[in-house]
Amino acid sequence: MTVTSDRPAEVGMARLRKEDERLITGRTLWTDNITIRGMVHLAILRSPMAHARITGIDTSAAAALPGVIAAFSGRDLADEQGALPCAWPVTDDIVTPDHPALAVDEVRFAGEAVAVVAARDQATALDALEAIDVDYEPLPVVLDMEAALADGSPLVHESKGTNKSYTWIFDSAEAGTGGSIDDAIAEAEVHLSRRYVQQRLIPAFMEPRSVVVEPTGGSFTMWSATQIPHILKLMLALTTGIPEHKLRVVAPDVGGGFGGKLQVTPEEVIALLVAKRTNKPVKYTESRSESLQAAHHGRDQIQQLDLTARRDGTVTGFGVKLLANMGAYLGLVTPGIPILGAFMFNAIYKFPAYRFDCTGVFTTTAWTDAYRGAGRPEATYAVERMMDELAAELGMDPMEVRRKNWITHEEFPFTTVAGLTYDSGNYEAATDQAMSTFGYDELRREQAERRDRGDPVQLGIGVSTYTEMCGLAPSRVLGALKYAAGGWEHADVRMLASGKVEVVTGTSPHGQGHDTAWSQIVADQLGVPFEDVEILHGDTRTSVKGMDTYGSRSLSVGGAATVMACQRVVEKAKKVAAHMLECSEDDVEFVAGTFKVKGSPGSEKTIQDIALATFAAHDLPEGFEASLDASATFDPENFSYPHGTHLCAVEVDTETGMTSIRSYVAVDDVGHVINPMIVDGQVHGGIAQGIAQALYEDAIYDAEGNLVTGTFVDYTPPTAADLPAFTTSRTETPATTNPLGVKGVGEAGTIASTPAVVNAIVDAVRPMGVTDVAMPCSPERVWRAIQQAKDGAR
Amino acid sequence: MTAISVTVDGVKYDDDVEPRTLLVHHLRERLGKVGTVVGCDTSNCGACTVLLDGHGVKSCSVLAVQADGKVVTTVEGLLPTGENGGLHPVQKAFHETHALQCGFCTPGMMMAACDLLNENPDPDEREIREGLEGNLCRCTGYQNIVRAVEAAAADLREQRGAGSKTEVSS
Repeated sequence: MTVTSDRPAEVGMARLRKEDERLITGRTLWTDNITIRGMVHLAILRSPMAHARITGIDTSAAAALPGVIAAFSGRDLADEQGALPCAWPVTDDIVTPDHPALAVDEVRFAGEAVAVVAARDQATALDALEAIDVDYEPLPVVLDMEAALADGSPLVHESKGTNKSYTWIFDSAEAGTGGSIDDAIAEAEVHLSRRYVQQRLIPAFMEPRSVVVEPTGGSFTMWSATQIPHILKLMLALTTGIPEHKLRVVAPDVGGGFGGKLQVTPEEVIALLVAKRTNKPVKYTESRSESLQAAHHGRDQIQQLDLTARRDGTVTGFGVKLLANMGAYLGLVTPGIPILGAFMFNAIYKFPAYRFDCTGVFTTTAWTDAYRGAGRPEATYAVERMMDELAAELGMDPMEVRRKNWITHEEFPFTTVAGLTYDSGNYEAATDQAMSTFGYDELRREQAERRDRGDPVQLGIGVSTYTEMCGLAPSRVLGALKYAAGGWEHADVRMLASGKVEVVTGTSPHGQGHDTAWSQIVADQLGVPFEDVEILHGDTRTSVKGMDTYGSRSLSVGGAATVMACQRVVEKAKKVAAHMLECSEDDVEFVAGTFKVKGSPGSEKTIQDIALATFAAHDLPEGFEASLDASATFDPENFSYPHGTHLCAVEVDTETGMTSIRSYVAVDDVGHVINPMIVDGQVHGGIAQGIAQALYEDAIYDAEGNLVTGTFVDYTPPTAADLPAFTTSRTETPATTNPLGVKGVGEAGTIASTPAVVNAIVDAVRPMGVTDVAMPCSPERVWRAIQQAKDGAR
Repeated sequence: MTAISVTVDGVKYDDDVEPRTLLVHHLRERLGKVGTVVGCDTSNCGACTVLLDGHGVKSCSVLAVQADGKVVTTVEGLLPTGENGGLHPVQKAFHETHALQCGFCTPGMMMAACDLLNENPDPDEREIREGLEGNLCRCTGYQNIVRAVEAAAADLREQRGAGSKTEVSS
């Protein structure tokens, strides 16, 4: 058997992905590619109104059509469907309305599911929807959060008597982590108040949601395009009453998620119940229009902000009054999303006083929930815009204001005013590297020249220095925040008889390249070839325990569990090696896949030798169980805190309002890097999604509550032609809170890029009197902001 | 029902189809060619792009009956060159430049890239970005896709320069 001691370390290498072959040859197992003999196809009738009482519903004509197997309304399934779960009730007195998968008596957003048809093929099922007769009695809609909280507002849930879901407050003076924002305001040399709107976004994963359910003798197997097979299995059991051990959930290849597939969806519950009722395999795949209308949305917050500072640029306090749109219902973690942001409004800074006050509000719109970054992009946007406003107010350079307030490298670990302890970071290094790559000083000079000569195309420079909390999460912290589950992650490592390795992770990838990154980690830990490692995931039958993939947790929690399991395998193998080499365990050392007797060259066994000997079990140490398998569960002590500095230069045509990005430089510190190629890819995609919020995307409802951005024509996710090339690089300050030293990368780009772009646009036109442009910063909005500033100056 | 005869990835298929059947549904549901996927219902995302008689089309915008008598190439039929482990230069370039993450847009993106390179064998970055404007990707930010197309173009030009008869597709 080959020894691998001459192989370079896998970790840190830009290994090409194992996942790619099936993806580039069209042999991918998307859920919608699954066909089961006897399978029927579902189509879902959706409400055309944002708010209405269902006074009558008749599915009999649909059920009688040729090729139709069954048709059900919410009333038909009312006894079985339970209520969709909210696993993060952030306060004791939160208002949590019932959320049936199929609406029973009332619909509360346009696109809510009201009936389902099962037919021999999808076209027949879609045709049959036309034959369902629903009588709606229109009810008043309420779309605006501030209007929803006003006295006499129409109620989304009449029986609850309020549109307020909860209020959640953190005050550093009460928590003992800092001073009082009221005192800071009373004593302030500078006090800035601003109102920013985080527009509603749609995750818009490329693979539409799809679910297949196969019933077999009282058990059910569900394939679903989900990020969370393990959580989904438990929640489906709690929702429908089907016992947990009778459910198997498989996430096959999943085409993107971005938080949008971190959900227990009505469609999954409906498919499960129809399979149960008809005892046939069923498939449901949504159309893109259904996806945009009825899969959960993200962001949608109104931020009222107070920043206080001394005239030398030192910030003395930060206050946040937040309205967070829940939509019509609470999804799996809806109320918790803004609370994640609560810990990030102080960002990388030493703010002495801080208060966060969040109210969750119901409206007759699709529910909101996790979207890439979830709570942290919103917070970072607010603080990074405010730092620029402070710089402008004081006539300081935006970089100088940041340097004056950030936590310096020597000060780590640092406990912030929000109560988190950042374990490591080096904001100076990332920022210096970004400024040098960007050519900051040269661009400032060019900007001054263009301003001096009154160039109609102005240059703007935007910065965003950010951190985020990744690696969700320490279970005790989640418990304190009333999250229903823990934040641990699990791994099983199995040495097979031939010396090959099967690794099971409880994380569930959807494009992040886990097979490759995990193979690199395991190859180094066990000293086996990269090719000899197979990664299994996303099936609750093989991956029995897990908490899935979201919040940039996979590597820092799941990867860490894998390292621990590998170390246990090596410990076990060492016992067998010592026995075979007839020496004490203390005399055996493990180097690159080989157990050697210290001081006795040539006396050695490879880990593959040990695997075979363990399998044969002819001569093992006394009491040794014949297995080289090990499991580990890792529950981190702390989050991890990636950080970085992004710089964006834009050219704004002041005559048309058109913005074009001239250059974009990102320096991220995500701790140790397992695969730099994958990290760069994640950063690129993240930046693109953040730019999309800054410039293009906005989920808009009309006055009646219809989603007018209900197709890709209207929602306008950016194309290749809309985006620039990015310059990315890294600094490496290892995390101290997990054995890999990794911090997480999936959300970094999205968090950083939105404020960098908007800061750049405002910087370009600030001399014209513009102090803000609402997102997305379309040419029309930029142009209007310029005109308004001119009118104000006249 | 209408009788049609379509050659898909080198195999001739004779079928009766409903006149309303879209080519993408015919490929996926009747012929089992599920390498081509559906990403939207407005022809914006390009995930279902295939070559029809060598030209890129969004197969959700073509009726199956319109493909009668024609040749369709899907991702499953990209010509292997015999080198590079049987991958087509475009597939190889997507793999080697990490031009895919979740991979859902990838078949359509690669077929659009083939179409682009058939028309313009030496595109610059702007031409590539505009050439792929009809295909959406949510994961990569497009940067590595652009690099992949540049790499595939160079590879194909080199092969043509060496006198090989390699075409972008059949």
